[in-house]
Amino acid sequence: MATHYLDHAATTPMLESARMAYVEELARVGNPSALHKSGRLARSVVEDARERMAGALCAHSTEVIWTSGGTEADNLALKGLYWARRQADPRRTRIVTTAIEHHAGLDPAHWLEAEHGATAVVLPVDADGLVDLDALRSEVAANFDHIALISVMWANNEVGAIQPIREIVNIATEHDIPVHADAVQAVGHVPVDFRSSGLATMAVSAHKFGGPVGVGALVARRDLAITPLTHGGGQERKVRSGTLNAAGFHAASVAAAEAMATLEPEAQRLGALQRQLIDRIRHAVPDARLSGPEPGPARLPGNVHFIFPGCAAEAMMFVLDSHGVEASNGSACSAGVAQASHVLIAMGRSERDAASTMRFSLGHTTTQDDIDALVAVLPEAVERARKVAGTFDSAVFG
Amino acid sequence: MRVLAALSGGVDSAVAAARAIEAGHDVVGVHMALSRNRDEFRSGSRGCCSIEDSNDARRAADKLGIPYYVWDLSDEFHDTVVQDFLDEYAAGRTPNPCVRCNEHIKFDTLLERATALGFDAVCTGHYARIELRNDGVRELHRAADPAKDQSYVLAVMGPAKLARSMFPLGTAPSKSHVRAEAAARGLGVSDKPDSYDICFVADGDTKGFLQRSLGERPGAIVDESGELVGEHQGAYAYTVGQRRGLGIGRPAADGAPRYVTGVDTARNVVTVGPETLLSVTTLTGEDVVWLAPDVPASAPVRCEAQVRAHGAPVPGTVVRADARVTVELDEPLRGVAAGQSLVVYDGSRVLGQATVGSRRV
Repeated sequence: MATHYLDHAATTPMLESARMAYVEELARVGNPSALHKSGRLARSVVEDARERMAGALCAHSTEVIWTSGGTEADNLALKGLYWARRQADPRRTRIVTTAIEHHAGLDPAHWLEAEHGATAVVLPVDADGLVDLDALRSEVAANFDHIALISVMWANNEVGAIQPIREIVNIATEHDIPVHADAVQAVGHVPVDFRSSGLATMAVSAHKFGGPVGVGALVARRDLAITPLTHGGGQERKVRSGTLNAAGFHAASVAAAEAMATLEPEAQRLGALQRQLIDRIRHAVPDARLSGPEPGPARLPGNVHFIFPGCAAEAMMFVLDSHGVEASNGSACSAGVAQASHVLIAMGRSERDAASTMRFSLGHTTTQDDIDALVAVLPEAVERARKVAGTFDSAVFG
Repeated sequence: MRVLAALSGGVDSAVAAARAIEAGHDVVGVHMALSRNRDEFRSGSRGCCSIEDSNDARRAADKLGIPYYVWDLSDEFHDTVVQDFLDEYAAGRTPNPCVRCNEHIKFDTLLERATALGFDAVCTGHYARIELRNDGVRELHRAADPAKDQSYVLAVMGPAKLARSMFPLGTAPSKSHVRAEAAARGLGVSDKPDSYDICFVADGDTKGFLQRSLGERPGAIVDESGELVGEHQGAYAYTVGQRRGLGIGRPAADGAPRYVTGVDTARNVVTVGPETLLSVTTLTGEDVVWLAPDVPASAPVRCEAQVRAHGAPVPGTVVRADARVTVELDEPLRGVAAGQSLVVYDGSRVLGQATVGSRRV
């Protein structure tokens, strides 16, 4: 049975160029911090990668702080900026964020609130998952002296909503408040220009655009003070100690460069498949409702997210999986239990709707065949999932 | 057949799934997440509720080469098993939560969901045998290993659900045999300790759990003549037949040990008395589930009755009438509490099950 992988937002296959680069560099010995020839060669790989990555993101190479991935980059930005900004002015205890952040952005804010005297200000979103700019304006106008940072994701991982980063930065800049963006879902899929964005920091994860898992970066303006999370050898501006992962950084930068070079035609190709899939799902399941903005500039080109009313999403996932169609329902916790999405709830959907969602995320290996395979099994999946929903006697489907 | 194997993360369900695969079935593994707030690691003798247990189940599925999913049934479990447990104790009855879990979760919600997804049967690691006769009747029997037999807690499921269930371990000669089979199959759970406590009572302290959930309700402990002999913190925490933990200072006049002979939660009174008052010769059960259509018992039928998971069966005569079963026992049985599950056997075969509703001396 063929596998039709439609979960690229979870992780996408490595690009061939990145995989070759990775394997080649894995054969090389040398700690990039060592002073001998092997060390110097390894270091030059790291710095080439840094320049290549910076080029892909329209940043300066000194602005790239390599990390182990997007989660670490988000944690470094939120905690590092919060601590540094509060140290400079103890009044700055407010962390302004949104209700639809990934847990890697939301949980550090709540942790800082619980353990380090912060106040997490969670901005609401509209029915499409776009942040409420008026709420941000009022918060900034009322409390600008007390805001440590603003943290908003560039594009949402569940419903694909692309946030108005430009407007957010404009509101913050009036009062010199740093803005962090979790750009994990955006990089490689929509144009991301760090320099002209006006952001203070930006989190990036390589495996979302064809690089290896375990590599990411925090792109951080040079003038920013960031309190480190890890202490040790002082690598990466003394902000992120730890032996430099030359092969991983190299592969990540190769993937980023290729993703940026092919971004426009690839976004058009995926956007066409996205529109087609949305149309065909609406036709096959007339009561299915698209979550998030209509396809276009406010939506990631690879994201298709639907509420299938009356369907138990875990059952849909199960039927699709048994036919080789791999997609995602909600965000799964470590033990594999799907949890009601805080994103859908924030968008004003009911618990019941949140338990009836499927995300199909398209990527560089997605073909017409994958879309056809999904549409072919969808009616059975919906029918079974409606029967299964009848077996729930919980509050959700009662 | 397409078979859904319930994988608790323990050795029994893993070996049962392995046997179902070996029998040629198309098997998918499902772990039921039953607790709302799951601990990271297993503790004590509880066997299925931690994240570690679901990871053990996942590794068993990996080893067996079958798909694996986690289904969150914690709301259903809370509503039909935990809440029922509390309600029953609060009403002065003695429930068996494992019976309720089999009735409402494993062989209801799980089985119905499996059926809706196109499965033909649910396979579990229970120790009991299902025998299909030539006339199409399915008989439920005690397991080959009497020490592990779980027919008592399965009898509640009824004939229609029996037809969609598989218990591959019913023929296993012993638990050590199953452990050896797990080890031979390379299943990492082969030496995992047995679970025997009530899974949702964290520390095995049922009385403490009831007190925390239902609140303390101090009241009187009286003897059979109505004389005050002690105090309690909530009549619900006592079970007919109980001897330990009564906390009665004064000994009985005759020096004989005293037992709980009655629990009246409406009046919040616990009655104690000598062992002789505990004996019953007639058992009446309600909510009857009858598994033997060929033995209607509309007229008295010889049987053995069992009222506890590991209690000894007592010979007697059973008759069904007016949606009840009545068992006249050949010899008296001690300490039967309302709410207990009454299972009626003919030799190794389960004839039916009911919930003890009233006791007559």
